Amino acid sequence: MSTPTVVAPSSEATLSRRGFFMKLGILFNGVAGIVLAMPIARFLLSSVTRGHANGYLSWVPLGEVSDFPEGETRLAAFRNPYVMPTDGKTADTACWVRRVQGDQFQVFAINCAHLGCPVRWFPQSGLFMCPCHGGAYYRDGSRASGPPERGLFQYPYKVENGILTIQAGELPTPGAPTAALATEKPSCA
Amino acid sequence: MRLITKIGEWFDHRLRLAAVIREAAKHPVPRNTLSWWYVFGSAALTVFILQVVTGILLALIYVPSASEAWSSLQSLNQNVALGWFIRAMHGWGSNFMVAIVLIHMAQVFLFGAHKFPRELTWIIGVFLLLMTLGMAFSGQVLRFDQDAYWGLGIGASIASRVPIIGPAVVKLMLGGPIIAGATLSRFFALHVFVIPGLLIAFVSLHLLMVLKLGINEWPMPGRIVKRAAYEAQYHALTKSEGVPFVPYAVWKDMFFAGFVILAIAACALYFGPFGPTGQPDPTIIQTAPRPDYFFLWLYALLSLLPPSLETPFLLIGPALTIVALILLPFLSGEGEKSWKRRPIAVVTVLMIAVTLGTFTRLAQFAPWSPHMNAWSGDPVPDRYVQGTTALERQGALVFQVKQCRNCHSLGNTGGQRGPALDSVAVRLTHDQLIRQVIQGGGNMPAYGNNLSPAETTALVAFLETLHPAAQKPARDAAREMVLSDSKQKAATFQP
Repeated sequence: MSTPTVVAPSSEATLSRRGFFMKLGILFNGVAGIVLAMPIARFLLSSVTRGHANGYLSWVPLGEVSDFPEGETRLAAFRNPYVMPTDGKTADTACWVRRVQGDQFQVFAINCAHLGCPVRWFPQSGLFMCPCHGGAYYRDGSRASGPPERGLFQYPYKVENGILTIQAGELPTPGAPTAALATEKPSCA
Repeated sequence: MRLITKIGEWFDHRLRLAAVIREAAKHPVPRNTLSWWYVFGSAALTVFILQVVTGILLALIYVPSASEAWSSLQSLNQNVALGWFIRAMHGWGSNFMVAIVLIHMAQVFLFGAHKFPRELTWIIGVFLLLMTLGMAFSGQVLRFDQDAYWGLGIGASIASRVPIIGPAVVKLMLGGPIIAGATLSRFFALHVFVIPGLLIAFVSLHLLMVLKLGINEWPMPGRIVKRAAYEAQYHALTKSEGVPFVPYAVWKDMFFAGFVILAIAACALYFGPFGPTGQPDPTIIQTAPRPDYFFLWLYALLSLLPPSLETPFLLIGPALTIVALILLPFLSGEGEKSWKRRPIAVVTVLMIAVTLGTFTRLAQFAPWSPHMNAWSGDPVPDRYVQGTTALERQGALVFQVKQCRNCHSLGNTGGQRGPALDSVAVRLTHDQLIRQVIQGGGNMPAYGNNLSPAETTALVAFLETLHPAAQKPARDAAREMVLSDSKQKAATFQP
C-alpha cells in the first residue's frame, strides 16, 4: 500500500501539521506561564502565608511591672517584632496597659474595635473614647456605647521576672483570629 | 515650510498615522450634540493627563518609604521651588477628577447614552470610575501622614470583616502584619504603575468605542431606541445633519478643558496643597483622622449605620452597587433616551446626589465624634452658674471633670454625640436624670462605677437647673403626691 505522505502533502495536511505546531507552541507557553506563575503567586502571597499559624506573633516586653501603678491605665509603646528596615516610626505601636492589681493586667490594643482608630483613655470618667465614629468603652475594655460591636482587643500577657510581656505583632482587626486571643479577662466590676 | 512638510511626509510614510488621525478628527457628529453638555468626558481625560504630568513631577522628589515619605513631602512643600504648587495641583486635580467623572456619568445616564449599542462603553466607564476612586484612595495613602495611616487601619478593619478570607485579605493589603513600609510600597506600586496602566488601557478602549460607535445623539422625547433599527437611524442622522468633530464640536471641549485646568490651578494657588498632617507615628494618638473629601460620605455612613447593619452593608453594598451599574445597560438597553420621559432616572440621580451631598456635609462637622478636649477647653457658660447653689456649682464641676462635655454641648460648645443639655431639665425628671447618669442607655455609657453618690447628687442638681427661664422643669406629679402625702403625715403625726 502506498502511503499518502509520500505524495505531495495536500494543503489540508499542511494546515493540520502547522496547526499542531501552533497548539504545541501554545501548550509550551502555557507550561512556561505556569512555571512563572508559581513563584509570582508565592511572592505576592508571602505576607499572607507567613501570617498563617500566627507566624508574625512573638512576646514583646512592655516594661517593668512597677512602671504601671495599680488601679491605673497607662499608655505604653513597643516596637513591632516583625520589622523591615524602611518601616521607620510606623513599626512603633501604642497600647493601653491597665494594672488591675498585683500581676493581674489587661493590655488593650490602641485600635478601636469598630474601625481601628486610636482610642483615648479618660481616667476621670473611666472611659476609652474613639475620635472617629464615637465608640466608647469602660475601663475593663468592655463596650460602653457607639458603633463597636465588641469590647477593645486585648493582647495576651505574662509577667516574668517583674517584666510585663505581651504577645503582639499583628494589627488587631475585627476579623483577625488574633482578635480573640485574650478576651475573657477579669472585669473591673 | 516645505522642509517641514517633507519631514512630515517622511515620518508618515513610515508611521501611516495621518490618515487614521484625520479620520478620527473628521468623524461626523450629529449637529445637535454640539452642546456644552458634551464636554465632561474630554474634561475628565484632560484632568487625567494633568494628573499623569504632575504625578511624574512629584515622583522626581517623593520617596516611597515609610520612614522618609512624610519628610520628602515636607521638602516638596518647603524646599523645592513650587513643589507646593505641583502638590496642590495634583491634590486638587484628584478632587476635580472624581467630581468630573461623576458628573460625566450622571450626564451620560440622563441622556440615555448607556443604551444600545453603547452598553460596553458604559461598563468600561464603570470600571474607569472604580479606578478613579482607587487612585483617589491610594493617593491619599501616599501622603503617608496620620490621616493616611489611620485611614489604612480603617480599610484593613473593613477588609477583615470579609468572611473566611478577611484576615488574609488584610495581610495582602498591608503587605505584612501591620501598616508599615511594605504597605506604602505596595500602594505606591498601585498608584503609580498598576492603576494608571489599567486606566490608560481602559480610557483608550472607551475613546475608541466613542469614535467607532459615534457620540450619543441629543435625546429627543419619543425617539425610541430599538436594537434592530438604531444603528441605521444613527447613520442616517449623521449623514443628513452630521458635521465633522473638528472643528465643529472640539472647540467647546477645548474651552472647557482649559477652564478646568485654570480652575484647578486657581484652587491650588488659593488653598494650597493637602497636608501632610502629623507624622505617621502610631504612638501619637492625639489625632482625629478624617478621610479626604470624596470619602467623607462613607465616613458619615460608617458612623450613622446601626452596628448590626454595618458589616453586611459594607461588604454587600459596594458589590451590589457595582453589579447594578454593570447590569444597567442590559436592563434598560432600549426605549426612551430623553430624561424628560424618564422620571425615575431623574429621581434616582437626584436622590443619590442629595444623599451623598448630605452625608458629605454632615461629615464635615462630624456630630457623632466626641470632642476630645471639650471637657478641659470649653467652660460652662457663665449664665448657667449664676445664682446657683454650692451644690449645683459642684455639679457643674463634676459635669466638666467627668468629660460629659465631650459628648454633650452647653451653649453650643462641646460634643454633639449626645443631645445638647441646655434644656435637659425640661425633658427629664429628677429620678430620670439619676437613672440616665448611673445606668446610661440610648447610646450613653453608664457612669455608675465612676461617680460617687455625692458626685451624682451634685451633677443631677446642676442638670436640674438647665431649663429656659420661661419653662418649668419636668416633674413627676405622682411622685410629688406621694412625697407630699408622706410630708403631711409627718407634719400631722403627733407622737
